[in-house]
Amino acid sequence: MVLSLSKDTIQVVREQDVVLLRNRIKEVAVKIKMGLVNQTRLITAASELLRNMLRYGNGGHCVVEIVSSGRNNGVRLTFTDKGPGIPDIALAMKDGYSTGKSLGLGLPGTKRLVNEFDIKSKVGEGTTVTIIKWANG
Amino acid sequence: MLPNTYKLLQKKKKAILELWMKNQLADEGLREDLISNDELRSQSEELVSALIGNLSSDSIDDFNSDQWSPVIEILGGIAITRARQGFTPRETGNFVFSLKEALIEVLQQELQGDLQSLFAESLKVNRIIDNLTVVTFETFIKGREEVILRQTDEITEISTPVIRVWDGILALPIIGTLDSARTQVVMENLLQEIVETGSSIAILDISGVPAVDSLVAQHLIKTVSATRLMGAECIISGIRPEIAQTVVHLGIDLSNIITKSSLASALAYAFKAMRLEVRKINAVQKF
Repeated sequence: MVLSLSKDTIQVVREQDVVLLRNRIKEVAVKIKMGLVNQTRLITAASELLRNMLRYGNGGHCVVEIVSSGRNNGVRLTFTDKGPGIPDIALAMKDGYSTGKSLGLGLPGTKRLVNEFDIKSKVGEGTTVTIIKWANG
Repeated sequence: MLPNTYKLLQKKKKAILELWMKNQLADEGLREDLISNDELRSQSEELVSALIGNLSSDSIDDFNSDQWSPVIEILGGIAITRARQGFTPRETGNFVFSLKEALIEVLQQELQGDLQSLFAESLKVNRIIDNLTVVTFETFIKGREEVILRQTDEITEISTPVIRVWDGILALPIIGTLDSARTQVVMENLLQEIVETGSSIAILDISGVPAVDSLVAQHLIKTVSATRLMGAECIISGIRPEIAQTVVHLGIDLSNIITKSSLASALAYAFKAMRLEVRKINAVQKF
């Protein structure tokens, strides 16, 4: 059972907003005493997803939450865009696959960086990605 | 608006100006410290003439019509001057709002017997002045945004210096986020400097980059490839332990790039590659 302790929504429409969100996530991560390595992992994962959102989904919003499950505290991030959606999620999750001439590591890499990863997408409606990183996970 | 009304307003221009000036001067918020009464008068006169001169039966209903552009231009100018003089946006807004009171007071006097048209005309005056006030705010915000954009440009310029640490060795400390625009500037500066100094080794120091994601890594790889094409070797230094772990987890392959944990070790590597040696002077040696 995952409880949400605090909630904060940030709009992302420009590349500059990435910095703002990154600082916000850092603040939250420090608050729950997340280690430096995990902080960096979480922030990197977030910036991967943000860049995807800006590049393919024309921006969207991100919900930053502090969550708690048992004795474990963590940060949950939910990225939502109203972009074109991903037709084949299994393919998008494969290392090295990219439709936009990038390294193709964004989604699979993000999954490796966090503890919980969930992606939902509907063609023509948009994509929602939820990730959780536990403070000591 | 009834054809007579705007004619009437045109006829009453002088009275409107006087009334407006009287209101402004009587107002508690008058900022004599920022603007002299003469200057205030000339500003007000300019705006009233432009406003009333451009009133017509067409323009009154459609604020987007071209007829309003001279008024908007003058008002924009006034808003900028006022912002520079130190007026708050609220004070500039009130300046325009007080014109509304003057206009409506004149209408009231002239259309005393005809309540219905007084109401209709007042509404229209209201709408125009509200639009004009929004213009002053827009100008104010635009001015602020220009300042921010200029600062952003300045930061990009400042934060990418190319340093010549040794004959033939360049160092480039990158501080802050490495986005596409930044990479472009970094790459241009670096390649240019390689040509100018004839350097054979470039050190990219990323100690000041907060997070290395796949896009940043891709930019780094591109910069390294471009440097190699120019015949120089590129070393990436300043990789912190947490960044190293993250890069591995992401699955980014940096194995064919020379990477070092600190600028010092990168410099040592560069010396070695250039067959240079840094030695402690023999203590016994006397000068």
